[in-house]
Amino acid sequence: MKLSLYVNGTLCHSEIAPGTTLLEFLRGKGLMGAKAGCDTGSCGLCTVWVDEVPILSCTYPAARAQGKHVTTIEGMRQQAALLGRYLAENGSEQCGYCSPGLIMTVLALEKEHPAATDAEISAYLAGNLCRCSGYAGQLAGIRAYLNRGKGALE
Amino acid sequence: MLDIREYIIPQSLEEAAALVRKSPANRIVGGGCWLRMERRPYGTWVDLSALGLDQIHAEDGWVQIGSGCTLRMLEVSELLRETFGSCFADCVSSIVGVQFRNCATVGGSVYGRFGFSDLCTLLLSLEADVLLHSRGAVPMEEFLRTPRHGERDLLLGVRIPQDGRRAAFAAFRRTATDLPVLNTAVSVSGASWRIAVGARPAAAALARQAGARLASGAAPAEAACTASEELRFGDNMRGSGAYRKALCRVLVAQCAGRLKEGLR
Ligand SMILES: Cc1cc2nc3c(=O)[nH]c(=O)nc-3n(C[C@H](O)[C@H](O)[C@H](O)COP(=O)(O)OP(=O)(O)OC[C@H]3O[C@@H](n4cnc5c(N)ncnc54)[C@H](O)[C@@H]3O)c2cc1C
Repeated sequence: MKLSLYVNGTLCHSEIAPGTTLLEFLRGKGLMGAKAGCDTGSCGLCTVWVDEVPILSCTYPAARAQGKHVTTIEGMRQQAALLGRYLAENGSEQCGYCSPGLIMTVLALEKEHPAATDAEISAYLAGNLCRCSGYAGQLAGIRAYLNRGKGALE
Repeated sequence: MLDIREYIIPQSLEEAAALVRKSPANRIVGGGCWLRMERRPYGTWVDLSALGLDQIHAEDGWVQIGSGCTLRMLEVSELLRETFGSCFADCVSSIVGVQFRNCATVGGSVYGRFGFSDLCTLLLSLEADVLLHSRGAVPMEEFLRTPRHGERDLLLGVRIPQDGRRAAFAAFRRTATDLPVLNTAVSVSGASWRIAVGARPAAAALARQAGARLASGAAPAEAACTASEELRFGDNMRGSGAYRKALCRVLVAQCAGRLKEGLR
């Protein structure tokens, strides 16, 4: 079937199999930022945005993205690099496999709740699993990132 | 790769209904979160997203929630918060994560009639009706009892009487974002109290005697005890029937207590 959608702002026409997930479609286009993890919708590694809303691309049928705007971490390079610095400063990650999904979720959180409390950060990120950080470092990194401009690392 | 032959986004309800009737292998897809976990081959997935079923609105004494609304929409809806308090947010906010709740829908959650469903428990306590394309409005209690097997209707949405009722919801999980071991919801409208308990692990059911006890002035803990005696609880990998029975006493008392506090 035919699929036309915007990926990181660029209109894209493709021929896809009806059962293609959005994750498969994006990775097939060479956008390797979103990762396959649990394959059950539980881990958040595959998080991308559809029309600015974070979703699980491993579950989202590509066909449903017809005419929509999909944003992946490759389309958010600058913001991702800045957030990445705060995560690194705070020892928030080890293997880094979950980072792209985490970063896309944090950037969505920032749009919705720029002044999120620690409890709101934890609640918003409940769907992003990490098997090596223990989460405390992530919370510190995200806290510092959201507090930037208030005298923290720029 | 999802094992489906076709993916169709119909432009009318009639077209969608005809597609679903055409073959038992065809399925309506809500968020697809559960369907894909079934990992079965399907014929056509019928996507209702072009039919405007993603609205929450108040009309003629009912609050109507379209089947295409996501769980996240329930969580952040101002209308639901103003009308019923924070119960919808409390109910769905522990279901996996924000990204998941931006995908999973009311249609899939209600039509699935999952025993563990947090949303079905809340809707049952709120005396909701399920709105079906062919059968029309069906009370949630009756709908939950109807076997799913072989049914090929379209779920258009749910409606809840807008009569000043409030509800409280509580669930217990072994770990954050896991399926609940037990969930409970209590609603009050005037002198009428409704207590629903789900994930027993069977689907949500009403504890009528316990509701009547609350109506006649019993303390939350007493009514919760009655609920735990009148309902049946079973075992599964998340907990034993005895554990669920004990949890029921705690969670029902919490919900009823919160509502009684609010009424003071
Ligand atoms: C990993 C995971 C964890 C979960 N944790 C919880 C939890 O803690 N608590 C909880 O309450 N729930 C939980 N759920 C269930 C979840 O909240 C949804 O209820 C579930 O995913 C179904 O919603 P969906 O939109 O994805 O439906 P789908 O998967 O699209 O559909 C489910 C079923 O409903 C049918 N259907 C969908 N929409 C309609 C319609 N409009 N008309 C007729 N039939 C329809 C489909 O054909 C299918 O048979 C979990 C699910 C998963 C996958």
